[in-house]
Amino acid sequence: MKVLLRNPRRELDVDGPVRVDTLLRRLEIDRGSVLVIRNRELVPGDAELGDGDEVEIRPVISGGA
Amino acid sequence: MKCRACRGPAVIDLPAHNANFCSEHFLALCRDQVAKAIEKHDMLRPDDRVLVAVSGGKDSLALWDLLVDLGYRADGFVIGLGIGEYSDGSTGFARDFAQQRGLTLHEVSLREDHGFDIPTAAKVTRRVPCSACGLSKRHLFDRAALEGGYDAVATGHNLDDEAAVLFGNTLRWNTEYLARQRPVLPARDGFPRKIKPLVRLGEREMAAYCVLRGIDYIVEECPMAAGNKHLRYKEALNAIEAESPGSKHAFYHEFLARAAERFADDAPAGADPDGALGTCSRCGSPSTNDVCAFCLLVERTADAVPVSIGETRWARR
Repeated sequence: MKVLLRNPRRELDVDGPVRVDTLLRRLEIDRGSVLVIRNRELVPGDAELGDGDEVEIRPVISGGA
Repeated sequence: MKCRACRGPAVIDLPAHNANFCSEHFLALCRDQVAKAIEKHDMLRPDDRVLVAVSGGKDSLALWDLLVDLGYRADGFVIGLGIGEYSDGSTGFARDFAQQRGLTLHEVSLREDHGFDIPTAAKVTRRVPCSACGLSKRHLFDRAALEGGYDAVATGHNLDDEAAVLFGNTLRWNTEYLARQRPVLPARDGFPRKIKPLVRLGEREMAAYCVLRGIDYIVEECPMAAGNKHLRYKEALNAIEAESPGSKHAFYHEFLARAAERFADDAPAGADPDGALGTCSRCGSPSTNDVCAFCLLVERTADAVPVSIGETRWARR
């Protein structure tokens, strides 16, 4: 599957199936600092991502104050 | 994962609430939390006109959507900061949001209307870009609200923002800042009322709200904010939150409930970051000096050659 990462923007190829929380652990990404969006739908940590999915790992932390 | 409210499939887990929610009940939770913040802190009356400080990011667009959804008369105000493609993109998201919903968006361009932009201001003043940016936003939002007859300016500061600011102020015991770190600053001395209706919601919730509501926003981080102190404080608090969910909420809201009042005497007379007792001789805005900080910035940058983001030492490499 294609996994889009942001800030900086880049794309990874990842083999499925894999659970969202497993993927984040593998990429060493804190679950609390991102959303995972599959085929434009928000998915929780126990969702399983398949080979045909388009996945975005979107950071949520912004620097303005 | 099951939704805590209906036991249907959840789309988001919220460790701070020790719960998961489906789309419908998560959106309801966001509305309830904003309504609760407004009521608890006496932010708005039902017939108030609100000016939402819009950046094109998730927080301000979610806030605008929530206020309209709750029935408030809310218009938007966006400032073109001149930070290259980032500013063009941000303003575009704000315009699209307003246009799609038939809402009123007021616009000001720092470069076209005031002769400078944030990268140039940062270079001229030799200060971090966030300094000129914050100063410009406060000045222009306040002025737009007063000139437009709005009852309040609403900003998209969320729980993570407020907890990070509190963390920074506490680390250095900046008691003057602690004295005015409130979700509402009443109107006075020529300043409009300022409200922060998102103080009960974190930034992950706001991003999820936008995704679920179909609100497109600028995901990219401001290229000039990279590595700033505020981001480092957020990282530190997130590390604590991961081990102890609910810590950020307790840190900020228990400060409001049990500690904020203790610093009330430390508030400066003007009680605004730019100071305010008299009136600026140039623009008429509240100011402790003959010329306000914003007009001084306009003056200092007037003859400066515009610089690109890459020419400033703060730009992300």
